[in-house]
Amino acid sequence: MNKFTSLLRKPITGTIIAILMGFLCAAVILACAGYNPIHALSAMLQGIFGRPKYMANIIVKATPIILTGCSVAFAYKMGLFNIGAEGQYIFGALAACLTGITVNLSPWLEIPLILLAGMAAGALYGALAGWLKAKFNIHEVISGIMLNWIAMYFSNFITGMEAFHKPNTSGTFPINVSGFTTFFPNWKATEEAAQFMKDNPFLGDILRTDFNAGIIIAIALVLLSSYILYKTSKGYQLRAVGSNRYAAEFAGIDVKKNIIETMMFAGLLAGASGALAIMGNNPHAVLEIAAFEGNGLNGLSVAFIANGSPIGCIFSGLLFGGLLYGGQSLQYVVGAPTEIVNIMVGTIVFFVALKDIIPVIADKMEHRAATKKLVDQKEGASS
Amino acid sequence: MNTFTLLIGVALMYATPMVLAALGGVISERAGVTNIGIEGMMTIGAFTGAAVGYFTNNPWLGVLAAGLAGGLTAILHALASITFKADQTVSGVAINLIGPALALFFCRLCFDGSAVTEPVNAKLPKLFGDNATGILANLNVDFMVIIAILATVIMWIVLYKTKWGLRIRAVGENPAAADTLGINVEFVRYVCVIISGILAGMGGAAVTLSIVSQFSQTSIAGQGYMALAAVIFGSWLPHGAFLACILFGLAQALVVVLGGGAVSVPSEILAMLPYVMTIIILIFFAGKSRAPKANGQPYIKGKR
Repeated sequence: MNKFTSLLRKPITGTIIAILMGFLCAAVILACAGYNPIHALSAMLQGIFGRPKYMANIIVKATPIILTGCSVAFAYKMGLFNIGAEGQYIFGALAACLTGITVNLSPWLEIPLILLAGMAAGALYGALAGWLKAKFNIHEVISGIMLNWIAMYFSNFITGMEAFHKPNTSGTFPINVSGFTTFFPNWKATEEAAQFMKDNPFLGDILRTDFNAGIIIAIALVLLSSYILYKTSKGYQLRAVGSNRYAAEFAGIDVKKNIIETMMFAGLLAGASGALAIMGNNPHAVLEIAAFEGNGLNGLSVAFIANGSPIGCIFSGLLFGGLLYGGQSLQYVVGAPTEIVNIMVGTIVFFVALKDIIPVIADKMEHRAATKKLVDQKEGASS
Repeated sequence: MNTFTLLIGVALMYATPMVLAALGGVISERAGVTNIGIEGMMTIGAFTGAAVGYFTNNPWLGVLAAGLAGGLTAILHALASITFKADQTVSGVAINLIGPALALFFCRLCFDGSAVTEPVNAKLPKLFGDNATGILANLNVDFMVIIAILATVIMWIVLYKTKWGLRIRAVGENPAAADTLGINVEFVRYVCVIISGILAGMGGAAVTLSIVSQFSQTSIAGQGYMALAAVIFGSWLPHGAFLACILFGLAQALVVVLGGGAVSVPSEILAMLPYVMTIIILIFFAGKSRAPKANGQPYIKGKR
């Protein structure tokens, strides 16, 4: 009994239960809509693990949301809700793209430069939301939403400018090939490469996708955020403000400065996410958009499923990426609408919100077991 | 004069869905429950309204069904944030994910896999009938606008002139004190969150049954969040939120009216206007307004 309840108390248990509930709810909804849920879910798993190509694509899909998730998680440690990650992502992607179009250096300089441009743009945009909060007490959710829309229209405006717009497309010119983080971008177009991919089906399968080095940069940045949060005095201050703003202020921590800096770093992560997407994914350009792509907003779900832990975002990002990608084959194979994936993710987040109830249940179970034991002992003594 | 009345008419039209949603935000937050999920509830309402309106050919039934669907969605949020004392922001985010996804899912099921519903034949009736001309045509708004104004007045009366309103505000300011006076905190909060969902759902229907005549993925694109901004900008007052929404509507109307004219501003820059304006307005007002004290905090009996 004690073993069971202590297992229930582990933070990861709640997350796992939430994920299972997400699958369960999706299965129930699919069944109600007249699809065979087992068939549907197995099609989905097939779409996730079926081929090396699928796994490569999932990593590609997960790379940006791992970073935006980390951005949200970082800010949430201070009690800030970075819904503006979407706008920071858009600004990061835009700055990265413009840099990649106008500058052409060797890859060893080009890639860091583009990444820096994206991070700087995202950081500035994040800091703006932080400044609005610190200076004028504007709730970061509200300013974040507004800044997201402004970023979207601004990005569309720049994309439509003659200097950057690629004729007959809905986007800008692609960045210079030196900025690509995909592996051997020049070689891949040659005859020799085509032959190689034919001879090595496993590697070929992966090489034909957008599989790129971005995931390494993303993981490095996640580790950096985790280091800042848990191993530096800055991170300590930040978490102190998050758990009790007034106590932190009383202890001499400059709350306002911390708000701006935290939002700046969160923006930096989201901006890096945008830059990696431009460098790693076809068409290596910013496209005009009519609605948000959701890379920043999905970061919210990634962060909450990870329970606010930056390192956890790597796993929840992969999970989310897998669900998004596997959901496509759900549509091919079973014909069920792909929205079921978002319902599933939403349900997972919903149950993650509820997971604090589990330790309470564990307490109750232990209490009941203890009372029962006492009663048994008494009965044993009296008889 | 013509342009001016057109501006007012368009502003009222765009403001109405936000007014209803913002009133929902006011009542929920006055009772101490943050409701970020308004956007999701609006989307559910927008779809339900359009679908029921299409199948029954009766827009009023659509509005009713939309309110019901919004209320049902709100029960989820209430369950999480009141009964289970969950993080209300996370629960709201979940609602915003589930709402649009459910709406699109059912849309594809009911309309042969299409992500948009069929256009509704019978839209909500207009104030001056279908044959109005001149200024009357410009100001010819639909009845939803009147409902929104009435709802604002009723909410103001309820919150400030009735026993019920006093209870709601007490629960949002100091639930422990309210509890000692014998007010059932959880019950009051449940009622307020459900009302908030009903209003948000009707707000969604106001988009799909009067502004556009069908539901699509972009029917509800941030109006719920704008409504939340209006709640803060309006200092959590019904009439404050109403005026804030009218202002946002005016900004949007300006975009429409200017965009049709000969002004040579790029459309993307014009489209930013409402959002830039909101931030500038908030810079001047946000510091002054004060949220209900217990807003966003679950009430745990006996906890200090």
